[in-house]
Amino acid sequence: MNKDINAPAKQAEEVEYHVNMGPQHPSTHGVLRLCLTLEGEIIEKLEPHCGYIHRGIEKMCEKDTYQQIIHLSDRTDYVAAHMNNHAVCLLVENALQIEVPERVKYIRTIMDEMTRIQSHLLWWGCYGMDLGGMTCFFYGFRDREKILDIWEETTGARFLQSYYTPGGLMQDIHPNFQKRVKEFLKYFSKKLSDFDNILSNNVIFLERSRGVGYLSREDAINYGITGPSGRGSGFACDVRKRFPYSMYDKVDFKEILRDEGDTLARYQVRMDEMRESMHIIEQLIDNIPAGDYSAKMKPVIKLPEGEYYQRVETARGELGIYCISDGNKTPYRWKFRSPCFSNLSVLDRISRKCKIADLIAISGSLDLIIPDIDR
Amino acid sequence: MGYSRYDFTPLLHSIDQWLYSVMSPAWALIVELTLIGLAFLIFYALVGLFLVYAERKVCGFIQNRVGPNRVGKYGIFQTIADFIKLLMKELIGTKDADKLLYNIAPYIVIICSFMAIGAIPFAQGLLAIDFDIGILYIISVSSLSVIGVLLAGWSSNSKYPLIGAMRSGAQIISYELSVGLSLLTIIVLAGTMQFSKIVMAQENGWFIFKGHIPAIIAFILYVIASTAETNRGPFDLAEAESELTAGYHTEYSGIKFAFFYLAEYMNMFIVASIAATVFLGGWMPLHIPAWNGFNVVMDYIPPVIWYFMKTAFVIYIIMLFKWTFPRLRIDHLLTLEWKYLLPINLVNILFMALIVLLGWHF
Repeated sequence: MNKDINAPAKQAEEVEYHVNMGPQHPSTHGVLRLCLTLEGEIIEKLEPHCGYIHRGIEKMCEKDTYQQIIHLSDRTDYVAAHMNNHAVCLLVENALQIEVPERVKYIRTIMDEMTRIQSHLLWWGCYGMDLGGMTCFFYGFRDREKILDIWEETTGARFLQSYYTPGGLMQDIHPNFQKRVKEFLKYFSKKLSDFDNILSNNVIFLERSRGVGYLSREDAINYGITGPSGRGSGFACDVRKRFPYSMYDKVDFKEILRDEGDTLARYQVRMDEMRESMHIIEQLIDNIPAGDYSAKMKPVIKLPEGEYYQRVETARGELGIYCISDGNKTPYRWKFRSPCFSNLSVLDRISRKCKIADLIAISGSLDLIIPDIDR
Repeated sequence: MGYSRYDFTPLLHSIDQWLYSVMSPAWALIVELTLIGLAFLIFYALVGLFLVYAERKVCGFIQNRVGPNRVGKYGIFQTIADFIKLLMKELIGTKDADKLLYNIAPYIVIICSFMAIGAIPFAQGLLAIDFDIGILYIISVSSLSVIGVLLAGWSSNSKYPLIGAMRSGAQIISYELSVGLSLLTIIVLAGTMQFSKIVMAQENGWFIFKGHIPAIIAFILYVIASTAETNRGPFDLAEAESELTAGYHTEYSGIKFAFFYLAEYMNMFIVASIAATVFLGGWMPLHIPAWNGFNVVMDYIPPVIWYFMKTAFVIYIIMLFKWTFPRLRIDHLLTLEWKYLLPINLVNILFMALIVLLGWHF
């Protein structure tokens, strides 16, 4: 037998086509690196490599006071800064057993839901762009700007507001705040149908997202996929419903759940969540009670010795903060359980045997914010 | 007819005769060819600049933006500024690229689009060469550009360009069928492949009206397929910036990148020209039989204006596609062609043949 006959065939089998998607790539929206093993255009294996934007925020938190940690928490998931602040504030307030004024709870809830809308808007715009519809990007950002303008008036910042402080808020809301929020709600409820026209009802979009990147409910629970991505697979994981905080136990809202588990389901959960968030704001915006915008706090906050865990529902899922205090003014250990890190872990499982174009659709539908993965 | 007052043939003939009278026939031929070449070169550059500007304005209009508005009034010199920038940029290539093919590829793409312009009639008598197989010539020449795209992707010796080139190869070769067949539908109706005759045949009604249903179907199929053939959105899989960074021209910079960019716009102009000529009557004014007063008024508008208006209309449609639709996936793209467009096209040709045989057309 001549062995050489088989040699070329064997060689051909061994050839693997590796592509590094990222750290510089238009669709990873940051410095995520995905090592792909391709067979033609089909993805055989995917390995995420993170750490390109690791800034050691958790370690820095251990050197900072609790008021300072607020500013660092902004910079993890920077698209949902208010929500990260909320987690830190709730942790400190619950540890010290401080009751914050009603007014603060109302404003925080409104701000959180506005954050959810603007975060989903940014996601929607980028998702459209990833799928090749450049116009979506501008539509999404145009409407997001309006929320940022409202915030700028009240908090003085557009992006990293650091508006919440342990015990309350940095300052009271601007006199125009309520009026402008109501104007925005009126304006935005009309614009949502535009979004459906340009992307949600588009045949090409539906073809590309339906049935792509199927994530089963079991996998969602096993991998800890929370937020809209988990709820798209039927995993009822909304922290606002399960462990209510602020005003969430008093307002009426639905937890959006879908059973399909594909990219389209995750997309539609987010679109419906924007409507639900508007509904929540509508209930609260006219009824903000008068009162202080902050509880009386000592200038130096020291948590009692012990372990604390606080979770909130951010726009991407469950943000948990685990804190060990040794009684000092800085925490002994500080850990973020960031939703994007868990959501990234499932990417390999749901994008195998998909095409490169599908990978873009899938990773977009998980709504990954890279600085939240690396911290 | 009234439009013959704008006939370019006498003017061009007198120039031709004057040239032959003042110099030897060989020199006259050389001078004529040089003049034609120069005219096309200038035309090519102007159309390229204008289309880039137009696309940015149209895209701005759709996206709630202003578009370029800083360089010159309304930003009209923006593309010139961009072009100068690209001209002065350093050419960076990959280390292990196949140097010869890497350098040739942009020229192949641009030459193919340049060759196609020659056969397009801009007005009566205003075309470089009137082939009797004009449509066949344009289809064959414009389909050659896939070689340039494939070479660019292959010779860059880089991974994304290779994927982009492979996509492009599959895409262009498939969609050529639909482009060819939809034009064939009209050839059946016109009975000729010569552009000048096709235009003259539309004197009392454009083919899109004359051939009613099959012609309208053919027009829609042609616009879809030709958008795909020119690698424009939503069929821009070969460059797919969100997937493959820039696809087959990822490794090109400076003026070589500009060549690909310019060729894309010229190809768009060429497919729009063919659509305007074959379906919308080319430079022929809008004539409605028995409406003599109307026809006389229409004849006063110069054919060149008619031609550019129609081309601009088709270009605008193609631009609308790009800026409102998301991108297709490669397998959906091929499914669309082989399972939908091609069968529809084949049935459509039969339908058209039947109509022509039975004399049901207008």
